[in-house]
Amino acid sequence: MRRQREAIQDHAAEALLFKRRALVAFSIVVLSFMVVLFNQYHLQIRSYHEYQTRSEGNRIKVVPVAPNRGLIYDRNGILLAENTPVHSLEIIPEQVADIEQTLAELAKLIDISPELQESFLQDVRRQRRFNSIALKEQLSEQEVAILAVNQHRFPGVTLEARLSRTYPFGDLFTHSIGYIGRINSNDLQRLREQELAANYAASRHIGKIGLERYYERLLHGSVGYQEVEVNNRGRVIRTLRSDPAISGQDLILSLDVGLQLTAQQALEGLRGAVVALDPRTGAVLAFYSNPGYDPNLFVHGISSSNYNALLNSFDRPLINRVTQGIYPPASTIKPHLALIGLDQGIITPSSRIWDPGYYQLPNYSRRFRNWRRHGQGWVNVYGAIIQSNDTYFYDMAVRLGIDAISDSMKQFGFGQRTGIDIHEESAAIMPSRGWKRARYNQPWFPGDTVSLGIGQSYWTATPLQLATSTAILVNRGDSVVPTLLQGTRFQGEFEAVSYQREQAVRIQDPQHWQVILDAMEQTVNTREGTAFRAFQRTNYSSGGKTGTAQIVGIAQDAKYDADALQEQHRDNAMYIGYAPAEDPTIVVAIVVENTGGGGSTAAPVARQLFDYYFSAGVNQ
Amino acid sequence: MNDVISESQRPRGLAIFHIDAPLLLGLLALMGFGLLVLYSASGQSQAMMQAQLIRLGLALAVMVVFAQISPLTYKRWGLPVFILGLLMLIAVLLVGEVGKGAQRWLNLGFIRFQPSELMKLAVPLAIAWFISNHNLPPKIWRLLVGFVMCVVPTLLIAKQPDLGTALLIATSGIMVLFLAGMSWRLIAFIGLLISSFLPVMWFFVMHDYQKRRVLTFLNPETDPLGSGYHIIQSKIAIGSGGLQGKGWLQGTQSQLEFLPERHTDFIFSVLSEEFGLMGVVLLVSLYLFVIGRCMLLAIRAQDSFSKLVAGSLTMTFFVYVFVNIGMVSGLLPVVGVPLPLISYGGTSMVTLLAAFGILMSISTHKRILASS
Repeated sequence: MRRQREAIQDHAAEALLFKRRALVAFSIVVLSFMVVLFNQYHLQIRSYHEYQTRSEGNRIKVVPVAPNRGLIYDRNGILLAENTPVHSLEIIPEQVADIEQTLAELAKLIDISPELQESFLQDVRRQRRFNSIALKEQLSEQEVAILAVNQHRFPGVTLEARLSRTYPFGDLFTHSIGYIGRINSNDLQRLREQELAANYAASRHIGKIGLERYYERLLHGSVGYQEVEVNNRGRVIRTLRSDPAISGQDLILSLDVGLQLTAQQALEGLRGAVVALDPRTGAVLAFYSNPGYDPNLFVHGISSSNYNALLNSFDRPLINRVTQGIYPPASTIKPHLALIGLDQGIITPSSRIWDPGYYQLPNYSRRFRNWRRHGQGWVNVYGAIIQSNDTYFYDMAVRLGIDAISDSMKQFGFGQRTGIDIHEESAAIMPSRGWKRARYNQPWFPGDTVSLGIGQSYWTATPLQLATSTAILVNRGDSVVPTLLQGTRFQGEFEAVSYQREQAVRIQDPQHWQVILDAMEQTVNTREGTAFRAFQRTNYSSGGKTGTAQIVGIAQDAKYDADALQEQHRDNAMYIGYAPAEDPTIVVAIVVENTGGGGSTAAPVARQLFDYYFSAGVNQ
Repeated sequence: MNDVISESQRPRGLAIFHIDAPLLLGLLALMGFGLLVLYSASGQSQAMMQAQLIRLGLALAVMVVFAQISPLTYKRWGLPVFILGLLMLIAVLLVGEVGKGAQRWLNLGFIRFQPSELMKLAVPLAIAWFISNHNLPPKIWRLLVGFVMCVVPTLLIAKQPDLGTALLIATSGIMVLFLAGMSWRLIAFIGLLISSFLPVMWFFVMHDYQKRRVLTFLNPETDPLGSGYHIIQSKIAIGSGGLQGKGWLQGTQSQLEFLPERHTDFIFSVLSEEFGLMGVVLLVSLYLFVIGRCMLLAIRAQDSFSKLVAGSLTMTFFVYVFVNIGMVSGLLPVVGVPLPLISYGGTSMVTLLAAFGILMSISTHKRILASS
C-alpha cells in the first residue's frame, strides 16, 4: 500500500518535473521565436529601405543602347559607308571568376592570338568591370557555331551580333570619308572634356579621320536607354522601359562614284592626287589620293603588321595627298601671278619681253633657265601662259617683288587651309620675308623671288589649294570653301548645306580676268598650248594650265635627264583646269608624282575626268 | 489527472482514428501555406507541385499509420531499431553512395535509404526507453549512457557529412535527457565542456566547407560572390519584403533567381519577400500553435516514456524551424536544414510526419495504457 502510494507519489513527482521542464522548453521556444520575429522586424521594417534599394539594384539594370551610325551616300545615292551585322565574342569581366583561365579555355575552341588576348586584358584593366568587352570581332560562321554550342560552359561570355561599319568601295574613299575605329583612351578623354561621354556609353567606335571624324556629331546619333530586369547571371529577363536611341544623320556627299573611279583608273600605278570642285559652290566632286588603302582594316583595329606595311610603304598610302600632299605649285600658278602683274601695272596684255632662254638678275652671274633652252624670243602674257614661259615670269616676279607676290597669293588661299570639311589638311607654305626670317633666320634674297615666278623655291601648295585658287580665277575673284558634304538626311528629311562664297581677290580692271581666262583657254585650244595634245577633239570647251615641278635642283647648264634620276627625284606633273570655258561648272587640280611633264601626264587625267563628267552628266 | 483520463475515455471525432484534430489542423494549415509559397518558389512548376502533393499525401498516410501503433510497441522496438540504425550508419560510411557531395544513402537493392532519417525517430525512442525504465530524475550514470547513445549516431552522421541532421539528432537525444530532469548544475557543466571543445571541433572534426560556412556566417559581406552570396541575397529578399511583402509570385529576388535553393532550404526567404512581415508572423504563429499543442500533448501523456518521446520530438521540430529561419535570415550559420512542412523535399517530410504520428499515438492511446 505504501509502496503503491510512493509509486503514485513518484509518478506525480515525475509528471510535475516533466511539466516544469516542458514549460522551460516551451519558454525557450517562445523566446526563440521572439528573437526570430525581432530579427525579422529589424530586416523588414527598420532596414526595409536599405534592402529595398539593394533589391532594386539587383534586378533593374539600366543598359545604354548604341544608336545606329548615320550612313554615307554619294551624290547619286550610292552607299559609301554602311552598317552590316557581324558577330563578336564578348566578355563581361564582372561575371567571370578567372579571366585568364577563361581565355585559355576559349583559345582551345577558336583561334585567339596572344596579341588579341593581350589587348583584351588591357581593355579589361581600362574599363569598368560590368562593361562587356570584345575579345574577338568579326567571327567566322564556324567560330560562331563552335562558341554557341559551348556557351553554357562560360558564364559571362557572350556572342554579340552588332552592326559594324563597312566601306563597300574599299580604298576609293579612304582619304575623304576616312574610317571609324575603336574608342581609345585619348578619345575617351576628349569625350569627357566635351561632356559627351554619356552619349557614348554604348558606343565602341568613333570617327578617326576624314568625314567620319569631322561629322562625328551628326553621324553618331543619341544614345538610348533600356531599363531591363536581369537575373543573377546578368541575363536580361525582360525590358521594363526603354528610351530608344536616335540614329545618326545620313550624310549625302557631293562626291561622285563615277568620277572617283575615273580618277582611280587614271592614277593606276602612280602616286598622285585628283580633286574636282564645282567652282560655283565649292562642292567637291572628286577627291582621290593614290595609292589608297582599305579603311575596313581599321574598323576593328588593324594588325600591327598591316599597319607597319602601310606606314613603311614607299608609296606613303597613309598620306592624304589631296590635302596633305605638299608640292611646289610650279607653273600652275602662272595665271594667278600674271593677273596680279596686270593689276599692279607691271605688265599689260600687250607688253612683251625678250626671252633668250634664261633670266639673269642684274649683277648676278646665275642664270635661271627657261624650260625651253633656246628661248621663245619676244613673248607677251598670252604667249607666256600658253607656252608656260619661265623667263617672262622670272622677270615679272622680280618686278612684282616678294611682298606683292606673297600678299596677293595669300588672297588666292595659298599658305592657308581651305577649310574643307575634314581635319587632315595642311596649310602648305606661301613664303614671305617674315616667314623666311622666322623659319631660317635669314633675309629674303632677290634670287628667292625669281624662282617664285615659276612656283618653285619655298612655295608649296596642296592640290586642293590649287583647285580652290583656280575656282577664284574662274569666279573672277570669288572664293568658295571646298565642301564634301552636300546635305544631311534625318528621318527622311533632307537638309542641304549652305555653301559660302565671298570675294577674295579684288582687282582694279575686271577685264584682266578675261585676259587670264582667255590665255588658259588657249593653253588647251591652240597648237602651241602645253595642254593642247591632251585636249584634242573634246566636245566641250575648257581652260587650264600645266605645271612641271622640279624636285631637285639641276646644276647650271646641265640637261635634265629623267632616266638618270632616281624615281623620287623626277619631276612632278601638275595640271589645273576648268570646263566649260564659259561659265565653268567644274575645276580640277591634278598632281602626279615623279612622272615628268604636266602636259603629258597630268593633263590627260583631267581630260578623262572632264570626259566622264560631261558624258555622265554629273552636275546636272 | 482524473479529468485527463475521463476525457480520453470517451474519444470523440477523429480521436477514434487516433488522430488529434487540432494538431492535424495546424499541420494542414502549414502545408497549405507551404504549397502556396512553393508554387511561387518553384517558378510555378506544375511538376514540382505534383511531386510535393504526392509526398505530402504519402507523409500524411504514414502519420496516420504511425498514429495507430500503440506507444507500447514503440517502447518495445525503440532499442532494436536504434541498434539497427547504428549498424546502417556504419554501413553508409563504408559502402554508402555519394549524393550532393555527401555520403548519406544506403542502397538496399530495392530502395535507396537514408539511415539518418530512421535515427531521427530511433534515437529519442531508445534513449527515452532507457531513461524511463527507472525513476526520474535519472542517475548520473544513466544520463551518461543516454548521452553516449546520442553522441555516437550524431558523430557518425556529422561524418557523412550532414551537419543539419546531426544537429537534429543531437537535439532529440539531449532533449530527452533535459526533459527527464537532468540537474541544472550538470547542464551548466556540460555547456562549459562543449564550449571548451569547440576549438577541437574546428581543427579536427569540421570539414573545410563547414568551416567556410561558419566564417561566412560571421561576416557574409567579405565574400559577396562566393559563399556569402547565399546569405546576402537571402537577407535582401527578406528585407525588401517589408511589412506586407511584394505579393504572391511578385518576389523579384526569388522570381529572378537571385536566391539560391529557393524552393528547398531558402523557401523562407521567398515567403518573407512575397508576404512580408505579416506572412512571417502568420507562419511563426502556426508553428507556435503546433509546438504548443504538441507540448500540451506531451504534458498530458500518461507515462514518462511517452512524455519524454513526445517532448523530445516536439523540441526537435522546433529546432528544425528555428535553425532554418535563423540561417536564412542571418542569425545562424548556413546548415542544410529544410523548413519543416514548407520546403520541397523527400525523406525528411515523411520522417517528420511519422514523428507527428507517434505524438498522436501517444495522445490517443492513453485509455488502453491506463487499463493495462
